[in-house]
Amino acid sequence: MSDSILEVSNLRTSFFTDDGEVPAVDGISFSIKEGEILGVVGESGCGKSVTSLSIMGLLPHPQGKIVGGQIMYEGKDISHLKEAEMRKLRGNDLAMIFQEPMTSLNPVFTIGEQLTEAIRLHNHMSKQEQNNRAVELLKLVGLPRATELLKEYPHELSGGMRQRVMIAIAMSCNPKVLIADEPTTALDVTIQAQILDLMLKLNQETHTAIMLITHDLGVVAQVCKRVVVMYGGKIVEEGDVKDIFNHPKHPYTEGLIKSIPDLYSKKDKLYSIKGSVPKPGSIKKGCLFAPRCDYVMDKCKEQVPELLGSGHKSRCFLHQDEA
Amino acid sequence: MSESLQDSAKLSPEKERSLFVQGLIDFWKQFRKNKPAIVGFLIVLFFILIAIFAKQIAPQGINDQNIAIRLQPPSAKHLLGTDDFGRDILSRIVFGAQLSLRVGFFAVIGSIIVGTFFGVIAGYFGKLIDTVISRFFDILLAFPSILLSIAIVTILGPSLNNALVAIAIVNVPVFGRLVRSRVLTVKEEEYIMAARSIGMGNTRIIMKHILPNSFAPIIVQGTLNIATAILDAAGLGFLGMGAQPPQPEWGTMLSESRQYITNAPWTVIFPGLAIILVVIGFNLMGDGLRDALDPRMKN
Repeated sequence: MSDSILEVSNLRTSFFTDDGEVPAVDGISFSIKEGEILGVVGESGCGKSVTSLSIMGLLPHPQGKIVGGQIMYEGKDISHLKEAEMRKLRGNDLAMIFQEPMTSLNPVFTIGEQLTEAIRLHNHMSKQEQNNRAVELLKLVGLPRATELLKEYPHELSGGMRQRVMIAIAMSCNPKVLIADEPTTALDVTIQAQILDLMLKLNQETHTAIMLITHDLGVVAQVCKRVVVMYGGKIVEEGDVKDIFNHPKHPYTEGLIKSIPDLYSKKDKLYSIKGSVPKPGSIKKGCLFAPRCDYVMDKCKEQVPELLGSGHKSRCFLHQDEA
Repeated sequence: MSESLQDSAKLSPEKERSLFVQGLIDFWKQFRKNKPAIVGFLIVLFFILIAIFAKQIAPQGINDQNIAIRLQPPSAKHLLGTDDFGRDILSRIVFGAQLSLRVGFFAVIGSIIVGTFFGVIAGYFGKLIDTVISRFFDILLAFPSILLSIAIVTILGPSLNNALVAIAIVNVPVFGRLVRSRVLTVKEEEYIMAARSIGMGNTRIIMKHILPNSFAPIIVQGTLNIATAILDAAGLGFLGMGAQPPQPEWGTMLSESRQYITNAPWTVIFPGLAIILVVIGFNLMGDGLRDALDPRMKN
């Protein structure tokens, strides 16, 4: 796949705690093509955020560490780059937006100061040019009154506006890959839709590849073409968004889809996958999902299934023969 | 569209100024609620004005001696009386305000600069460097402050400026630890991570994000510490380790006149009163600043 801009292969990230090594991401591989939107779905604690922090080189120091695998960005392994080189990539090539727009902006500086700061970081421009670029960016992310906004402080903005500003800051240097770590989770539903539309628009206009991390399958259905489903630090299913929604192979994905509340059903209870995400490292043998799986077989408790299939891959013994 | 754009561009510097003014007004409203703080502020203002206009206010020079009128009680001519050389005590106290405030301000500014530097390094980089700096602060704090300043002055030689340096050094760990604890909190904020994710380096993150968000408690602690610094300087002066006679430093004046405390108490009372007033003023103002600057106290 030569057109992949970012290719993660067999990435393993562990946290080193007092209790020893805890694997948070355990051998995942995926790739993002230029201008593509890839969805990464999974419950809390399944390693989504750790994956993105690994790519950005922002793992908490010194507990978190990449212990294996490669992260190829434009054909170059960036998983063990020096901090100074990594810093050049951040912003310019890779950018990230975070879950909490409320706390992602510095409260003591105006929007303009923070935006021009980001612009100045990677470009040499005159003050006037910086300001013009800042206004342009704010308009790009659909904020009205751009010139006035530059002079306002984060607390004067709503959550949705702040997330737009965060996106503007992330887009300030035209990154090739934008990692969005649950960008809509902290926002209410109408704003969520607007932010997703905005990301789609940015993707089309600037051709920035987006890795959209979320636990919300509805979000994925709305914007992504390809989806990676993660569970317990591993990829359990990967494929085209339509295939996954219409024919989920892995019982976990099936459970996730069933968990989406249906407006028209009159059931008293909402569906939920029984049990909860296992603590990383607590399951030593067999499929990680086996204790919660409805279709569990004896084999599942003994062996770990491989991620198999062409195009639409899954990590489940139910579908091993198909591949 | 372009017209409205221009309009808003024209408005913006005004809006910027009005935001700053609005911040000041909010601060003043909050500060004003605290009556003791206002009293403290007025006392401090009073002494600052005295120090600035010392030449105009003082009825006589600092060292105008006249043995014929030595140890006279307060009178219309010498409002606060005269000391054992016949010098006008009011004039000496007025000029002494310059010395005391100077020591207070510069000692605190010195310790803020040095303390902030080490505190930020310790808090931001952590690990070994934090352990080394923090343990060094602990060692400095283990000494009684006046003892440590005496030791430093003994090494440097007794003078007002060396006393200032000594007081600054003694206060460094106070600010260092304060800044370190603020940095530990601030560096975990999400905007720091966001700043890293667009490629900001450590220096820029510290200067742009960590320091501005750590400064409110430093201002408060600084104001309170000016009072301690003035007190320490007077203490050192009293012990003969600070300002040297005939400098009209308040502590030195106390020390020079203490043998006359029974027959000419005014030689001791008024310099002492000046010290007490300034210290009370800064303490009250510092408390008020803390209340006004602490967002949790706002309602």
